[in-house]
Amino acid sequence: MNLTLTIIGQMIAFAAFVLFCMKFVWPPLMNAIEARQQKIADGLAATDRAEKDLELAQDKAKDQLKDAKAQAAEIIEQAKKREAKMLDEAIAKANAERDHILSQAKAELEAEGNRLREDLRKQVAALAVAGAERILRRSIDEAAHSDILEKLVQEL
Amino acid sequence: MAAGETTISSHIQHHLTNAKMCSVNGETVFNKACSESGFWVLHIDTLAWSIGLGILFLWLFRIAAVKASKDTLAVPGKFQCFVEMLIEFIDSNVKSTFQGRSKLIAPLALTIFVWVFLMNLMDLVPVDILPALAGWIGATFFGMEAKDVYMKVVPTTDINTTVSLALGVFLLMIGYSIKIKGVVGFIKELTLHPFNTKIVWLQILLVPFNLLLEVLALITKPFSLALRLYGNLYAGEMIFILIGIIGLFQLPLHFIWAVFHILVIVLQAFVFMMLTIVYLSMASADNH
Repeated sequence: MNLTLTIIGQMIAFAAFVLFCMKFVWPPLMNAIEARQQKIADGLAATDRAEKDLELAQDKAKDQLKDAKAQAAEIIEQAKKREAKMLDEAIAKANAERDHILSQAKAELEAEGNRLREDLRKQVAALAVAGAERILRRSIDEAAHSDILEKLVQEL
Repeated sequence: MAAGETTISSHIQHHLTNAKMCSVNGETVFNKACSESGFWVLHIDTLAWSIGLGILFLWLFRIAAVKASKDTLAVPGKFQCFVEMLIEFIDSNVKSTFQGRSKLIAPLALTIFVWVFLMNLMDLVPVDILPALAGWIGATFFGMEAKDVYMKVVPTTDINTTVSLALGVFLLMIGYSIKIKGVVGFIKELTLHPFNTKIVWLQILLVPFNLLLEVLALITKPFSLALRLYGNLYAGEMIFILIGIIGLFQLPLHFIWAVFHILVIVLQAFVFMMLTIVYLSMASADNH
C-alpha cells in the first residue's frame, strides 16, 4: 500500500474520461433516447386519435348505409310501380292489336268466302249449262220437237 | 506448484507487486531500481490497464453514440440497446438521488460505473495468465529475467487508482459546495454545525469542535470510497492468488470464488457510483 505519482496520472485519466463522456458520449445517446421516447409518445397519441377517427368513420358509414338502404327501397318501390304500369299498358295495347288483327282476318276470310262462293256459283252455272246442252243435244228429236221448234221459229 | 515456503511467499509477493517506472539521476529506470524513489514512481501496469480499459469503454460507447446521433429515430441495434439501457438505468438513478440539475453528474456516474466495472472485471482473468505472459515476453524479447517482470492486471487492487478516483470525487464535492453555497456558506457549514446556538460566546467556543467534526465527516467520504473499493478487490485478488497455488484442486474453488466475485465486482462498481452521486447531492444541497 504505497501511494505514488500514479495517483496524479490516474486522476488526469479520470478527468479526461469524464470530460470525453460528458461531451461526446452522454449527450448524443441521451438525445437519441429522448427523440425515440418522443416518437413513441407521438405514435401512441396518433394511435388513440386514429382509434377515435375510426369510431367516427364507422358511425358515419353506418348512417350512410342506412340512408342508402332507405333510398334503395324507395327506388325499388318506384320501379315496381312503373313496371306494373308499363305492364298494364302493354297488355292493353296487345289486346287492342289482337282485336284489330282478328277483325281484319275475319273480314278477309269473309271476302275470300264470298269470292269462292261466287266462283263456285259461276262454275255450277257453267256446268249446268254444259249438262243441259249435252242433254238437249242428245234428246232433241226433230220430229217430236218440231212443233216446239216451229213455235220458236214463228216467235222469232 | 509444490514449492517451499519462501517460493510461495515470493510468488504471492510477485503477484502483488506493480511494475514501476521512475527517474533516478535523470535516467528512466524500472522496478527494483525504484525502491528508493518513494512517491515519485509510476505504476505502469496500473496506468496501462486502467487507461486501456477506459479507452475501450469510451470507444465502444462512442460508437453507439455516433450511431445514435446519425439517425436518432432509426431502429437501434442490440449493442446500442444495451448501451441505452445502461444510460437509462444510470440516468434514473441520478435523477432519483441527485436534487437539482447538472450536466456533469450523470456522465460522471456512467464513467465511474463502467470504468470501475471493467477494471474490476480484470479480476476474473485467471491470476497467473497475464503475469506469466508478461514474464515470457520480458524474458524472450527484452532479455529480462521472468521473475523480474511485474504485472498486476487489476487496476482497482492498486490503492493509487481508488484514491485517485476518490480524490476526483472529493474535489468535485468541494467544488459543488462552493458553487452552490459560496465560500462563506461552505465555511459556515463547516463551523456552525452540528452544534448551533444563538449565544455568541458559546458559539465561538463550539466552532473548533464543529470544525473538527465536519472536516472529519467530509474527509471520511473519499476515504471510505477509496478503501472500500480497494479492500474488496484486493481481498478478492488475494484469494484468487491463494487458490491459484494449491494445485489441481484450485479448479472448483476458483470457479466458486469467481462466480461469487462476479457479484462483488458489479456491486462495488455500483456502490462507488451511487455513493458518488449521494455525496455530490449532499454537497450541493443547501440545507445541512
